[in-house]
Amino acid sequence: MTLSTLVAEEQEVLEHYLRAFGALERNGAARDGSWVAALRRSAMARFSRLGFPTARRGNEEWKYTDIRPIARRPFQLPLPPGSPAVGAAELAAFALGPTGGSRLVFVDGRYQEQLSSRPSLPGVSVLSLAEALTSGADTVQEHLGRYADCDTHAFTALNTAFLHDGAFVHIPQGTTLDKPVHLLFLSTAHAQDTATHPRVLIVAGEGARATVVETYGGPSGADYFTNAVAEVVVGPGADLTYYKEQRQGERAFHVTTTQVVVGREATFSSFNLDLGGALARNNLNVAMDDERGACALRGLYLMGGAQHVDNQVIIEHARPYTTSRELYKGVLNGRSRAVFHGSIIVHKGARKVDAEQVDKNLLLSDEAEADTKPAFWIYCDDVKCRHGAACGQMDENALFYLRSRGLTEPAARRLLTRAFVSELVEGIASETLRDRVDGLVEARLSSWLGDDEAVG
Amino acid sequence: MLEIRNLHASVGEVEILKGIDLQVKPGEVHAIMGPNGSGKSTLAYVLAGKPGYVVTAGEVTFLGKDLLPMKPEDRARAGLFLSFQHPLEIPGVRLDQFLRAGINGIRKSRGLEELDVLKFDRHLVKKVQLLEMDQGLVRRSVNEGFSGGERKRNEVLQMAVLEPTLAILDEPDSGLDIDAVQEAAKGINQQRGPENATILITHYQRILNYVVPDVVHVLINGRIVRSGGKELALEVEAQGYEELQEAEATLRSSG
Repeated sequence: MTLSTLVAEEQEVLEHYLRAFGALERNGAARDGSWVAALRRSAMARFSRLGFPTARRGNEEWKYTDIRPIARRPFQLPLPPGSPAVGAAELAAFALGPTGGSRLVFVDGRYQEQLSSRPSLPGVSVLSLAEALTSGADTVQEHLGRYADCDTHAFTALNTAFLHDGAFVHIPQGTTLDKPVHLLFLSTAHAQDTATHPRVLIVAGEGARATVVETYGGPSGADYFTNAVAEVVVGPGADLTYYKEQRQGERAFHVTTTQVVVGREATFSSFNLDLGGALARNNLNVAMDDERGACALRGLYLMGGAQHVDNQVIIEHARPYTTSRELYKGVLNGRSRAVFHGSIIVHKGARKVDAEQVDKNLLLSDEAEADTKPAFWIYCDDVKCRHGAACGQMDENALFYLRSRGLTEPAARRLLTRAFVSELVEGIASETLRDRVDGLVEARLSSWLGDDEAVG
Repeated sequence: MLEIRNLHASVGEVEILKGIDLQVKPGEVHAIMGPNGSGKSTLAYVLAGKPGYVVTAGEVTFLGKDLLPMKPEDRARAGLFLSFQHPLEIPGVRLDQFLRAGINGIRKSRGLEELDVLKFDRHLVKKVQLLEMDQGLVRRSVNEGFSGGERKRNEVLQMAVLEPTLAILDEPDSGLDIDAVQEAAKGINQQRGPENATILITHYQRILNYVVPDVVHVLINGRIVRSGGKELALEVEAQGYEELQEAEATLRSSG
């Protein structure tokens, strides 16, 4: 194929999205307020000007991740799923278990009331976004689309143009949620390649405390594309914990953008687990917008085969006395590839900022590859910023040490790999989530390194 | 129990062991003394099966079996134990966790019932008490943040837990003060019995006051140049390795 036919192909896909957008508008599906329609229209206009970021030359943000497989395929908006939308077994594979907390289930981007459970929580809103838009909650209008940037980010613009359903979680001032809110986004197989654009808005009011878990999953045999955007507002003194699990099918494309605003003396803790997908890209942008806010961002990715994962984390320290801690670790098998691109920006006058960024990769195969790219833009003298990166194979001496005590080589490898990730797993405060992540990690490592003998 | 015949071994292109002959019988303690770089640790690693240590000639039988083709874990399962000169720090791997996996691997290979967590803990606690060590140690990551002395004691504990038939102790005394040497020796002696044997590798005679050997060998430049009773250790200590090294050089040029 010549360059011009390739470009023509991308142009055709853009036009495909424009046509799909036009059809949605004509259907009059939008019963929600005109402000949403305006938001969508301007996002579509923006997307059609931006196009997908396929040009990699001079494009630092997308340098290591080729998204042409997404840009050249006219993904369709899926038809509403049948009933039941997914089977009990599929649901059970992703459900959080009997936590007693709220659960919203989305199948192919649409909220499924009969699969969800919403215990009554005084003052707290856990709604589908479609519901929230129809009922016209003021908090939604106040925040939706305000933080995630459509102007320069094509995927965010595309998501906003097709913004339709998703989740709205509002924990009002002074409220503590003991049980996690689980948002479960499942895709199903279709005759055509489909795309969903889930949208999440989480608002934690002043002094509120809550844990939100987002899970993405889908069938292993299907080509589908999930393009999710979450906006997270952590009010003054609030404490929000946000777990995101990406367990998509092995042929899936997964792009998420999470835009977080951390208020005065507020704490935001995130954990990003990547296990699935053919190509996954997570943009996590955290704005430390007021004094003494803190964030702790953790990530774990276990990739095999020809999987590709790209974590792009940008922290903006806009105000003094804000702190950030980043710890991402990856285990790479097969021909997989991981990218970690961590930027820390300290604004002028943001004194006493304390930032630390660490990314470590363990390569289980000679063909796996990891690229770590830290970037610091510091416009203030009185700050502490550190970063560390490591990438290497398993320590042969440690392996021999364990084998000399009677462990088989696969058992020793598994134990050392688990040890490498244990810091992240052990660091999960919630026992339910810690056990869940531990189980997922163990299953993946067993599939790679055998389970001839139990360890530990 | 262990029979080494004309053992030659190389690391990379360099030949380190140049024909070792050694016979160890049940109940015996053999001390191998030698200066730095004489091949003491190489001998230990070759016997334990460390990858990268290539045997170029000779043979080794352990309990009647050909040792050299065996994987490191199979050697451990056959009853061989190596106490490392520089025990590794393994963050994230708990001592009790990995020792239980080790002992169960060994037991399984012998058709013995595997130990569950409770039974293993009881066994472990017994050994920790026997060696008068801190109980909290076993729940910590292997050697993480340990001093040199603590690491060495930890090796002795691992030996006590795994109860090997043949223990190869690579400088269990190096870097230890006299009190710590005595403690290490006590642990080693507790492990001795009529059915098992010990090869104690050391640079200094000092520890042999406490772990009294049946046979002492002097290893220089990849060869055992002298063997004798426990008094040989004192002789080596008195005259130093230099003279023996010269004698070995003369031997080589004439031979």
